[in-house]
Amino acid sequence: MAQLFPRKINTIAKLSIIMGLGLVTGILVLGGILTRGPYYTQVGIAREQKVPFSHKHHVGGVGIDCRFCHTSVEKGAFAGIPPTTTCMKCHSQIFADAPMLEPVRESFRTGKPMEWTKVHDLPDYVYFDHSIHVKKGVSCVTCHGQVDKMPLMMKKNTLHMEWCLSCHRNPEKFVGLREHVADPHWKNTEDQKTLGTRLVKEYKIKKLTDCSVCHR
Amino acid sequence: MKRFLSSLLMLGLVLNLTGCMRDMQDQPKYKNLRGSDFFADGKSARDQEEGTIAQSQLRQDPHFFEGKVDGVDAVTFPMKVDRPLLERGRERYDIFCAACHGRTGEGNGMVVQRGFPTPPSYHIDRLKDAPAGYFYNVITNGFGRMYGYASEIEPRDRWAIVAYVRALQQSQNVDIKELTAKEREALDRPAVSEEAAHVPAHH
Ligand code: HEC
Ligand code: HEC
Ligand code: HEC
Ligand code: HEC
Ligand code: HEC
Repeated sequence: MAQLFPRKINTIAKLSIIMGLGLVTGILVLGGILTRGPYYTQVGIAREQKVPFSHKHHVGGVGIDCRFCHTSVEKGAFAGIPPTTTCMKCHSQIFADAPMLEPVRESFRTGKPMEWTKVHDLPDYVYFDHSIHVKKGVSCVTCHGQVDKMPLMMKKNTLHMEWCLSCHRNPEKFVGLREHVADPHWKNTEDQKTLGTRLVKEYKIKKLTDCSVCHR
Repeated sequence: MKRFLSSLLMLGLVLNLTGCMRDMQDQPKYKNLRGSDFFADGKSARDQEEGTIAQSQLRQDPHFFEGKVDGVDAVTFPMKVDRPLLERGRERYDIFCAACHGRTGEGNGMVVQRGFPTPPSYHIDRLKDAPAGYFYNVITNGFGRMYGYASEIEPRDRWAIVAYVRALQQSQNVDIKELTAKEREALDRPAVSEEAAHVPAHH
């Protein structure tokens, strides 16, 4: 009986193993690149909103503190999105007739809350809490970037698990003075290593890397 | 047959790679401000039933919660006024009030500079003579074109702010003889911009 497979099939067989492995690695690498890229993570991509609310004007220009609007950020898991009355505190007088602000006034008249498109959205299986971060000296800017320069809100970090862990493993590289967490202009005058090491001790910061810290 | 089965298995494995089920990402639970298709008004958080009082909502002490003693504005504070309270007051004042009233209470904050009607300065006689409970009430319920801040600032923090406003009033009204020599010297130095003031002095 003639040989079913000639000798040269050996090379093809070997090649196909290598190609197969290459294909799988290729797919994984591509997937890795895609899931870290801006198309998937939306990092650096500004969101359109019904009212073009500008942090650049309100925080950078007028100098309003984050906590004026995001009132629960020091007390709760959720930072809070300001209700319509917060806008009306100023816009009942300033730009009171601007067409741009009509949705705000309509919401004020009808009592129907404004709808904002979410910019940050962790998967529901992740637990996150603002208050602990703010209390331990992690500033808004560390996670959200220079908000005071954003005409429209955008994400500055992926919010991937590796990002959370990069800080949870080495908090001393990121923590700053508690009193200045909400100040986008604050720069520490010491070098981060000295300050961070000191604050980790002073604020008794733990390195929380157990899965159950964030997946509970 | 075997060939068919194994290619089916491979297909399944490959599909697994793309199989991104989202149901753990978006679970059917309510998180903050997430809408609801179950309730007619679309809100997941239910409004409090009228006439009910939740835990911690019982407000029995009119001095603390309303700034009133026997129905009139309280002259005294319902708590000890100490340094921590004043410091808390300064922080909260800078967050919630300074935008309009200015850091020193003159009524010239950034929002006023952008066109908001000018509020009165805290350093006029009428406000210097006003009882503490009066300020507490203005913060709580608003006044004129100023909206109330009851839902943003807790009662204790409102008192802390009142204490700090008192400190601001004092600060503008000190006899120069009460200052130490060092403080007087500081007064004589030319005014520096806020930024420069933070740089530690060189010797
Ligand atoms: C005058 C009110 C106001 C102030 C002050 C303010 N914000 Fe906001 N913020 C908003 C509003 C309204 C939104 C929702 C619209 C949007 O996304 O731009 C928002 C959205 C955000 C979001 C995105 C929320 C999401 O959808 O994921 C972040 C992050 C944020 N603010 C951070 C900050 C920080 C940090 C500061 C202080 C440096 C600050 N904000 C000051 C009103 C304010
Ligand atoms: C503490 C006062 C204050 C509050 C609160 C406030 N604004 Fe403003 N807003 C201003 C001022 C002052 C300006 C003018 C900005 C300038 O001159 O650069 C402004 C301008 C605007 C403009 C015009 C475009 C721009 O950005 O210059 C929009 C739109 C706007 N605000 C939306 C909002 C919304 C929505 C809210 C509520 C989430 C809000 N504002 C809350 C003070 C306020
Ligand atoms: C340790 C990183 C971190 C710090 C520090 C931080 N944030 Fe956030 N913030 C997040 C993450 C993550 C989310 C998304 C939460 C979610 O989707 O559940 C978020 C969401 C928000 C939102 C949208 C509402 C919400 O809570 O989901 C606002 C507004 C906000 N942050 C404001 C602030 C402000 C203001 C500060 C500073 C006082 C701050 N954040 C500090 C990580 C941070
Ligand atoms: C820049 C630093 C930093 C980043 C980024 C960060 N964290 Fe944290 N996180 C901290 C610090 C510091 C603590 C406080 C540790 C302690 O308790 O001593 C903390 C604590 C926590 C806690 C514990 C809260 C509790 O109640 O036990 C959770 C949960 C948490 N972080 C989740 C997250 C998640 C999820 C992310 C990413 C989306 C994240 N963190 C990103 C610094 C960070
Ligand atoms: C500091 C917070 C934090 C800790 C600690 C943490 N995770 Fe995560 N994890 C996250 C976040 C945030 C995400 C969501 C990432 C995203 O949006 O893709 C996540 C996602 C995941 C996912 C889903 C990945 C996917 O592709 O959908 C798995 C599985 C997971 N974590 C397992 C673990 C395990 C196992 C541990 C312990 C060894 C752990 N996590 C510890 C924050 C954390």
